[in-house]
Amino acid sequence: MATIELRQVEKKFGEVYAVRPMDLTIGDGEFVALLGPSGCGKTTTLRMISGLEAVTGGRIYINGKDVTWLRASERDIAFVFQFFALYPQMTVRQNIAFPLESQGEKRDVVNRQIDEVVKMLDIGHLLNKKPGALSGGDKQRVALARSLVRKPACFLMDEPLGALDAEFREAMRAEIKGLHLAQHATTVYVTHDQVEAMAMGDRIVVMSNAVVQQIGSPAQVYHDPVNLFVANFIGSPGMQLVKGQYGADGAIQLPGGSLYSVPVHWRTALDTKIGRGEIVVGFRPEAAEVDENGPVAGNVFGIDLHGSYVVLHVDLAGDQLVQVRARRDHEYGLDMPIRFGLNADMVRFFDPKTELALHPEASA
Amino acid sequence: MSQVILQNVTKRFKSVSALNDVSFELKDGEFYVLLGPTGAGKTTTLRVIAGLEKQNGGSVLFDGQTMDALPPAERDVAFVFQQYSLYPTMSVYDNLAFPLRSPIRKTPEPEIKTRVSAIAEVLRISHLLTRKTAKLSGGEMQRVSIGRAIVRQPRVYLMDEPLSNLDAKLREALRVELAHLQKTQGSTTLFVTHDQIEALTMADRIAVLDHGKIMQIGTPDDIYDRPASTFVAQLVGAPKINLLDASCDDNALSVEHTGLRLPLVELVRDVLLPSRLILGIRPEDVRPATDGPFTGQVGLVEPLGVETLLHLEVGGRMVVSTVPGISALRRGDAVRFNVVRERLHLFDAVTGTRLQR
Repeated sequence: MATIELRQVEKKFGEVYAVRPMDLTIGDGEFVALLGPSGCGKTTTLRMISGLEAVTGGRIYINGKDVTWLRASERDIAFVFQFFALYPQMTVRQNIAFPLESQGEKRDVVNRQIDEVVKMLDIGHLLNKKPGALSGGDKQRVALARSLVRKPACFLMDEPLGALDAEFREAMRAEIKGLHLAQHATTVYVTHDQVEAMAMGDRIVVMSNAVVQQIGSPAQVYHDPVNLFVANFIGSPGMQLVKGQYGADGAIQLPGGSLYSVPVHWRTALDTKIGRGEIVVGFRPEAAEVDENGPVAGNVFGIDLHGSYVVLHVDLAGDQLVQVRARRDHEYGLDMPIRFGLNADMVRFFDPKTELALHPEASA
Repeated sequence: MSQVILQNVTKRFKSVSALNDVSFELKDGEFYVLLGPTGAGKTTTLRVIAGLEKQNGGSVLFDGQTMDALPPAERDVAFVFQQYSLYPTMSVYDNLAFPLRSPIRKTPEPEIKTRVSAIAEVLRISHLLTRKTAKLSGGEMQRVSIGRAIVRQPRVYLMDEPLSNLDAKLREALRVELAHLQKTQGSTTLFVTHDQIEALTMADRIAVLDHGKIMQIGTPDDIYDRPASTFVAQLVGAPKINLLDASCDDNALSVEHTGLRLPLVELVRDVLLPSRLILGIRPEDVRPATDGPFTGQVGLVEPLGVETLLHLEVGGRMVVSTVPGISALRRGDAVRFNVVRERLHLFDAVTGTRLQR
């Protein structure tokens, strides 16, 4: 088992930062997701942990041991790539046995470990097939089996589900998480898909532009994003962000003219941080409650059926669309005027100048 | 715009059957979605309607007139493809104006200007009109592609997965705009997708296609609430519907290995059930409740933010439940739950067809 620690780790290509100095401590058995859009530095971070990429600053510790300058092969970690990196001329069994045999393991040890992993992933019926004859999902299971069979101290996975279609991805996601729960191997998992990160991660490291934006549990990044980037990136859709004018009377004027009265516990914070001026109101679609007496008014621009509920796209004014979750048992029509309120516990506020979240405690 | 009818259309590529007796009708002004997995025959259907592919049997009718003998150019349809097919060296304006300048139409330039400006406004690309399309982002390019299709008023729009190359956030934004545009213009649109969310959110009606055959036609509500088969039931809804093997005696339905037993009087009326069947329960209809009659153990917890997926182990079977918000339940917790009786689905175990009305 393993702990991983990054202290002020950075990567520069020439003058350009791929990863700005970052700190991250991953506990033994923890599943940490590195999440961000392409080019944010998540894969580079993973490659530095693995030893495939040298750091240009900072130190990396695995189990308290400084491995900063150790080679990948000396770090006792397994790497699962997005690609199905299987040897096409070998059978599934030979593919899985390969890492053990190349370490010089005895035949009976190899057989025992293969049996174990094959049972866990339910791929016994594939052992004599060649990778070319397998489906995408099965290939990925075999790739997973090959990395599991060595019983490494930790797993580093780089978008392992990226190449699969949506249906398989959902099933494999549950499978990988199930395996993690069974084995408790420390896992660092790179993805650009926030659904995967939320569903799988004990903690999520949100990155953008080479900078760690936030490190937190799924609930933290979802409900308390530290800035506008995280607010928009997490969730499908992202947090609904509406720019308004905060006035001294504790109300925000929204596009279209609606006046939204700020919950009392936020007022001191907003008075000090914003005074009178621009503010961003943030809320999740499920925090809005359709209510004919609600303070926010708009027109229905679109109606999405999502199976068990509908999402109303509400046009506040001109170009400002927000999404509001509503029950299915009511008929909504296009261009119909609508009013809604916001759950006082779930509304958030941001300073548009700094793009940072405001905190109700800030008044203290 | 036009009404479009497909009558018993068949299409074979050599010995492979791509479309097998496909019939459906797009009403004038309808947003019609063809939904199905890869290889279902969706794109072939579009190409047959456009005249790009000649069917082996059956007919395509626009407003009651057969199109079968007409070449593509004379059918007056507009096609939007998955990949942007723009002229990279031309400006956005010229790309949009292109269909109007074609020798068949010869629209006067002042009218072109009016039309292009109006479309650019609707698609929010007015600020891009002088740019070369090669310099645009993916979302902007797809907006221009859509704009080029809708700048003239053809008899029908044919859209082949126009949003699937875009990233998730952009896809969502454009989806809403496209649906709104279609509704306000009242254009007849046939939209092909493999994405069930696009189908449920955009369509007036959906035709589900598989292996060149129509499996079900209905409104999004019909398809989601009353799927005609286990295939359709699994195609829509995420996470997927739970399908459980069940058996039936005179009084109750029992789900194998789970201890789930449901009195028949609560499930169906006037339907004779076979002894073996498949019970379908959508994840949102599996509701943890302290006084629930059934018990399970939490196997896996997937918090997605807006909701949490709970994988419940119920007597060796996995049953997925979605609950609102971020659940406090943990792996290993025992849970009691109930299922929403009026929303259960019953299918024949052999044929997979729906047993209720």
